Amino acid sequence: MEDTEAGAYDLDPGEVGNCEASMTSLIIEEIEKSQIKAQPGFQPGDTINVHFRIVEGDKERTQMFQGVCISRHGRGINEMATVRKLVDEVGVERIFPLCSPLVAKVEIVRRADTRRAKLYYLRDRAGKSRRLRDQRRGVKHNAKDGVPIPGQEAPKAAPAAAPAEAKA
Amino acid sequence: MGISLLGKKVGMTRVYTEKGVSLPVTVIACGPCVVTQVRTPEKDGYAAVQIGFDEVEPRNSTMPQIGHDMKAGAEPMRHHREFRIEAKDAGEFSLGQTLTVEKLAGTLFVDVIGTSKGKGFAGVMKRHHFKGMFASHGTERKHRSPGSIGSLCSNRGYGGGLKKGKRMAGHMGDERVTNRSLDVVQIIPEKNLLLVKGSVPGGKNGLVEIRPAVRLYKGKANKVKAASK
Repeated sequence: MEDTEAGAYDLDPGEVGNCEASMTSLIIEEIEKSQIKAQPGFQPGDTINVHFRIVEGDKERTQMFQGVCISRHGRGINEMATVRKLVDEVGVERIFPLCSPLVAKVEIVRRADTRRAKLYYLRDRAGKSRRLRDQRRGVKHNAKDGVPIPGQEAPKAAPAAAPAEAKA
Repeated sequence: MGISLLGKKVGMTRVYTEKGVSLPVTVIACGPCVVTQVRTPEKDGYAAVQIGFDEVEPRNSTMPQIGHDMKAGAEPMRHHREFRIEAKDAGEFSLGQTLTVEKLAGTLFVDVIGTSKGKGFAGVMKRHHFKGMFASHGTERKHRSPGSIGSLCSNRGYGGGLKKGKRMAGHMGDERVTNRSLDVVQIIPEKNLLLVKGSVPGGKNGLVEIRPAVRLYKGKANKVKAASK
């Protein structure tokens, strides 16, 4: 159904002034579409490495922030990921807008099994109880999923979305 | 003041700039508008342009209205607005002329006029941002009330009655609101879309008027000056 509606919109771009209520969301989608970046399928619990660009005057460099994703929220262009890591035993969290051009790349370092979508309980944990169960013991973790197995070189390990992001 | 374009509010989203700044933008389906009447000082005593926007099914219009639009060679239009212009500019407009969002190309800032969402009968805290009364300390049933509305006061400074214009509870919203000097983020002429930074009065599909900004504060005025150089 979506296809036909979208098709109608393509045929008749000049008529957007006469838009119906459903038309409004189609127009917004159209505008957002070009900005949405494909994301590697990481989930809360995964350890990810976020490459983000820092612009200082004319210079630009890329910094990395590696930690556990404890939350993904928002949809499409509004999607954010909260990443938590420990620096000198002090928890540091950063919220990255995933579609921002400053986020150059997101790599999955390790996957883990979790039972909930928001891992805020990790903030209260210390020591061994902070660990998450590694997903490697299950079948979900393999090269087919695009998840590189740490310490093992896989030629096609990179997620399908990686080339698009490398350009961005 | 020149003429405004008519449009419909589509909704809000965000746009990332190359530097990674996230801009909150409102999408407006702006135009195409048709000149349905040109008023001249000779004929009407003043100079103005009437434009129509948003084609409508003839059965949803009226015969006089359809006839009026037909004179301009236009389809029946849902909305019509008239804008005063300088008499010398009247030559720029002709009956049936189409005005699109491209008219705003190169404009850095626009004013957007719309009808705000109706809030119904609202108290003073919501309507005028009064602080209300204490939550405790013996306050009973008066937490959101305006408090004293005057004592022996009048516009002359004494006497009975209230000062004119005393802010009280009442109907809020559903009134004409102008959002001034909004940044133009993007213009998409092939889809008749205009993206402005920030919010715009009214709900989705609400009618808005868009005109080049008439009053800019210094910073924005300097930007316009720099761009025109």
